[in-house]
Amino acid sequence: MAEKLVGVNYAPPDLRAKITGRARYAEDFRAQGMVFMKLLLSPMPHCRVRGVDDSRARRVPGFIDIMRASEVNQPEGPTEAMLTDEPKYEGEPILAVAAESEEACAAAIEAIELDLEPLPFVLDPLQGLRPNGPNAYTEGNQFSGQDGWSTYKWTDADFAEVDAGRMPNPANPLVEWTKGDIEAGFAEATVIIEEAIVHQSVTHHPMEPRSTMAYWENGRLHAFVSTQSAQRTKMGMAGALEVDPEEITFVSEFTGGGFGSKIPGHTHMSLAPLMSRKIGRPVMHRVTRYEENYIGRARPGFQAWAKMGFRADGKCTAIDLMIVQDSGPYGAGDHNTASNIADITYTPGNMRYRGFPMYTNTPPKAAQRGPGGAQINGMLEPLIDQAARELNMDRLAIRILNAPTVEYGMGPRSQRMTSTRAKEALRLGAELFDYENKIQLSGQRNGSKVTGIGLGLSTYTAGSRGYDGLMVIRPDGKLYVYQGIGNLGTHSISDTARPAAELLGLNWDQVEIIWGDSSRGMPNSSVQAGSQTTHAHSRANYAAAQDALRKIRAIAARQLGGNANQYRVDNGRVLGPGGSMTFAQVAQRAIALGGEYDGHTLPGDLNAATVPAANMHVGTGLMGVARDNFGGEGGIYSWLAVFGLIELDVETGQFETKELVCATDVGTVVHPRSLGAQCYGGAIQGMGMAMSQRWVFDPQYGVPFANRLYTARPPSIMDAPRSMAWDAVGIPDPQTPTGAKGIGEPSVGAGSAVLTTAIADAMGGRCLCRTPLTPDLIVAELEGRPLPFGRLDQHVG
Amino acid sequence: MANMKDMIPAFDLVQPTTVEDAVDLMKDAGDEGWVLAGGLDTFDWFKDRIKRPRVVIDIGGIEEMRGFRDEAGGIEIGAMTTLTEVANHARVRSEFGVLATAAEHVATPQIRNQGTLGGNITQDTRCWYYRSGWPCYRAGGNVCYASAPLAMNREHCILGRSRCVAVNPSDTAPALIALDAKMVVQSPRRRLYDAEDYFIGPSVDITRMTVLEPGDLLTQVFVPAFWANSNFYFEKVRDRGSWDFQLVSVAAAFRMSGSTIEDARIAVNGVAPYPVRLDAVERLVRGEAASESLQNAAGELAIQGTRALRHNDYKIVMMRNLVRRAVRSVAA
Repeated sequence: MAEKLVGVNYAPPDLRAKITGRARYAEDFRAQGMVFMKLLLSPMPHCRVRGVDDSRARRVPGFIDIMRASEVNQPEGPTEAMLTDEPKYEGEPILAVAAESEEACAAAIEAIELDLEPLPFVLDPLQGLRPNGPNAYTEGNQFSGQDGWSTYKWTDADFAEVDAGRMPNPANPLVEWTKGDIEAGFAEATVIIEEAIVHQSVTHHPMEPRSTMAYWENGRLHAFVSTQSAQRTKMGMAGALEVDPEEITFVSEFTGGGFGSKIPGHTHMSLAPLMSRKIGRPVMHRVTRYEENYIGRARPGFQAWAKMGFRADGKCTAIDLMIVQDSGPYGAGDHNTASNIADITYTPGNMRYRGFPMYTNTPPKAAQRGPGGAQINGMLEPLIDQAARELNMDRLAIRILNAPTVEYGMGPRSQRMTSTRAKEALRLGAELFDYENKIQLSGQRNGSKVTGIGLGLSTYTAGSRGYDGLMVIRPDGKLYVYQGIGNLGTHSISDTARPAAELLGLNWDQVEIIWGDSSRGMPNSSVQAGSQTTHAHSRANYAAAQDALRKIRAIAARQLGGNANQYRVDNGRVLGPGGSMTFAQVAQRAIALGGEYDGHTLPGDLNAATVPAANMHVGTGLMGVARDNFGGEGGIYSWLAVFGLIELDVETGQFETKELVCATDVGTVVHPRSLGAQCYGGAIQGMGMAMSQRWVFDPQYGVPFANRLYTARPPSIMDAPRSMAWDAVGIPDPQTPTGAKGIGEPSVGAGSAVLTTAIADAMGGRCLCRTPLTPDLIVAELEGRPLPFGRLDQHVG
Repeated sequence: MANMKDMIPAFDLVQPTTVEDAVDLMKDAGDEGWVLAGGLDTFDWFKDRIKRPRVVIDIGGIEEMRGFRDEAGGIEIGAMTTLTEVANHARVRSEFGVLATAAEHVATPQIRNQGTLGGNITQDTRCWYYRSGWPCYRAGGNVCYASAPLAMNREHCILGRSRCVAVNPSDTAPALIALDAKMVVQSPRRRLYDAEDYFIGPSVDITRMTVLEPGDLLTQVFVPAFWANSNFYFEKVRDRGSWDFQLVSVAAAFRMSGSTIEDARIAVNGVAPYPVRLDAVERLVRGEAASESLQNAAGELAIQGTRALRHNDYKIVMMRNLVRRAVRSVAA
C-alpha cells in the first residue's frame, strides 16, 4: 500500500544540494566570455544628473561600455526605471558599466565625474505633509494616472493636533473607507483606547542579493535570476525586455530568500540582459550587500493613530484608524491591507480608515512578508491589552471574544473568508503555552528582571485559485511534476505535489519534481507570495492528478476490461476487475494512444502560458494537465496565535525571550516540519522587527546609515526564544480539495505582537507604541527621561 | 569621483613570519602600508574603498604572536591569538575570567574564530559617519558630522569628546584594563604600555584610537597575576544577542576580604572615544562593603561629568546602572 504523504515529514528534493553546496544560485552560473556589470548609485537622496563625464572611465583597462538612463524605458509618473537621470533616493542606480572584471567596473565607475543638481528631499512622510514641507518629486507628492501630479498637505491646525499628541482630522484623506456606524460604535463603548503609534521601515535583507547573469544566443535570452517566483518572473522579464516569453530560457533553481522583495523578480534584473544585448557578451551582475540595501526594497513604515472602543464585556465596538505611510519613491500598498486586517482581527463592526500614503526619498518599498498585517498587528495588540486592563478582563478572553468567525466580513466590502479558525488557534495556543499558569507570572520581579507575557494574533492571505497543474507519468513508471513556482526554500515546490502524488497512490520515491528551469516546462503559476502557493498549487497539481487518474483508469479499462471507475491506484499500479497494470505500462499505452493521453490534445481552458510547457512533454508519457476549476468564494486567510514569555531587565532595557508558542489555522497540514519552520522563522523575523531591526537616516543629508547587516540589526539566532513549540488546529478548509492554506506571512505580525505586548506587560501595561523597542527607549521610559525625538518621528535611532 | 563600495581595490600582499620582518616591512611601506590581523575591521575599510593601502602586511603567519605563554608573574597572550582561543583557554577562564567572558561577547562565533585579541583592542571606531567615508575630523577633515544638531548619534560618546564624539568599540579592552594588563609594542624598539594608557582620545590624536603610530606593532598582551582569581564582573548591553557592538559595557575586578572590597579596578566602554577606567569609583569602593548605598553612590559617581548628545542620554542611565551592578556583584 502506498505511503501516506500529506501531513508527514519528508526531505525536500532541494535539500541535498543545499547541504552539499551543489545548489547553484544566480551568481554561481558562468558562460563563455562572460564579463561583469556594476551600477553607479546616486550619492544624493534626490538630484538631477546634469552631466556625466565618462572620458576617464573609458580609459580604464578592461572597460567595455556604459549604459545610461536614456537607453532604458522611462515610465511616466512615480514608477521605477532601471536607470534614471533623476534619482529619488540615495543609492538609486544612475548608470551601469560593463568591464572585463568587477574591479575594472569599480575603477571605471570611480573615474566617472557626475554633475548633479541637488533637489529638495523628504525622508519623514509626516514632514512631507506639513504645510510647507518638502515633496519627494519636483512635480508634487501625489500622482494619479488621470490627473497627473498634485500636492497634498495638511494644515497648521492639523499639525497643532499632531503636536499636541492627538489624532488630527485632515480634510480630504487620500484614502478613506467606513463600515457600520462609527459614532454609534464609540457611543456604545465603556472604554476607549487611543494611541499614536510608530512602526519603522525595515529592509528585506534576503541572504542572497538579487544577482543576474544573462546572455543571448541566436536571439534567445538565457537568464539566471534570483527571484521568488519562476514562471511569473519570466513573464515579467519578457515584458520588460519586450521579447516573446518563449524566447527566454529562464533559470532560477535556488533563491536565497526574498521576503517579498523579489516576488515577480525585480526591476533591475533586466539590466544584465540589456547590457548583454548591447555589448554582445554574457554579463554577470552580482549585487552586493551594500547595493542590496538600496535596491533591495523595504517594508513601509507607518505613523498611525488608533482609537478603539470596547464594551464592558470586552467586545470591540469601533475602530478609528489613520495611517501615514512611508511609500518610498515608488509607492506601496501596505496601509490598505493593514486597515483590512485591523478590521478582521478585532471585528469592530464599525470602522473608519483614513490613509495617507506619502512618497519619500528613501529606498523603494515593497511587500515584505505579511505586508501591512505584520505592522498593524504589532502596533494594535498592546491596545487590546490596555483595554483588557481597564476592563479588568483576561487578555486571552478579550482576544477570543473579538477574534472573527467565518461569518465576519473583512473591510469596507465585508469580504467573507473560506474558513476562519482564529478562536480555535487562540485556544490551542493557550493550552500549549499553559496560559492559565503562565499569566500568573506576569509582572513578577526577580532582581532587576520582570516577567512579561505576550500574546499576538495575526492573519494574512493564504491562497489563490485558477492556476494550472502539469505532470507526466513516464515509461519509467515515475510521476514527473513540473512546477512553475519559485524555490526560495519554503518547500512549496514539493509540498504542493504531495496531495497529488497521494491521490495517484504513489510512494514519494516514485515522484520527481522538476523546477527552476523553463526549458523543462513551467506551467502557468501563481507568484510565490502572499502565502499563495501551498493553497494555489496543491489545488492545481491536484486538478492535474485528477486528470491523470481519469486517464489511468480509462487506459486500464480499455486494456483490461471493465468499468474505469472500478479501477484504483496504489504503489505505482492501477488495479481493478480485469487485473492490474504498472504505471510504466500505462505510460507506454498512453503514448501509443496519443490524443489527450500523452498531451497531443490539451484541455481548452488551460492558461495560455501552460500550453508551451505542456507541448514540451507531448508524447513522453501519460500527461495529467488541468486548470484549477475547483472554484470557491471568499478570501483565503490563515491565522496564527502566538504566546510568549520574556524577562525584561529594567536596569538595562534588554530582554530575553524565554518561551514562544505558535498555534496556527492553516487548514490541512501538508508538511509539518515545514509548517513549524514557517511559524518559527516568521515569528522570529517579526520579533526582530519589534526588537532591533532599524532604518536610520541622517536628516540633514538624507542618507541612510543602517545599510549593512550589522547596522540594520535583523534578529540573530541568539535572539531566538530558548524554548519554542507549535501546533496546528488542523481543520481542513472546506473550499479546497486538499484542505490546505498557506502560512508564510501571518507569523511575522504575531511574532512582532508577542514582543510589543510582552514588553508592555513587563512595564506594567505601559505601551511605548513604537518600534523597534531598543534598550535605549525602554530605559528612557522606565527612568522617565525625555526621548530625543518627536513622538512620531521616523528613521531615528 | 563617483561612489563605489563592496569592491576591494588591489594591493601588494606581504606575509612576514617574524615580528622583526613585519616591523621592517611596515617601515618600508610607511604611510602606504596596512597591517592585517584577523581582517574584521580591515576588510570593511577595504570593501568600502576608503582605506587603500599599497602594501598589506599580513601578520597571520607570525607564530610568536600567537598563543599563550605562562609566566611566573602572569600570562602572555599573543596579539594574533583568536578571540575564540582566548575565550576557551583554560587558565584564562579559571584565573582571568573577565577576559574570557568579554571575548565571548564579541560579535559571533565566526568572527571570534577569525578575529584576534590584538585586532579587537586595536580596531577603529564604528562611528557611521566616519566609516561611511565622510570627511570628518578623524578622517582628516574639519567637522564632526555626528555632533551636528540633527545628527544620528545614539551610539556615540557621553565622555571624552574633543571635536570627535566616536566611541571605542572593543569588548576586551575594558576587561584588560580591569586586569591591569600591559600591551607589548615593537617598532622595532620594544615598549610596554598599561592597558588604560594604550588607548588615546581625540584630544591626543584625533586620527588614532591607540598609541600605535605608523611602524608600531602590538605583539603581545601581558596579563599580570595580581588580579588572578579576583571577583570579576562583565556586562555588555547591546541591541541584539550577537553580532553587535556594545551600547555600554562594564568590566570589573574586585579583590575581597570577607564582604569588604579590598581593591577594585573598573572600566567601562562605549561611552568615550577610549575605554574609561573609573578610578574615582575604585577609590570610593575600596575598603567598603558593597551595600546598596555604595552601589548607588558608585553609579552616581561614575556618571559625573557625562554629557549627552541629542540621541544618547540613555547611555548615562545605562552606565550608572552597569556600574551599580558591577559593585552589586560582590554584595554579601
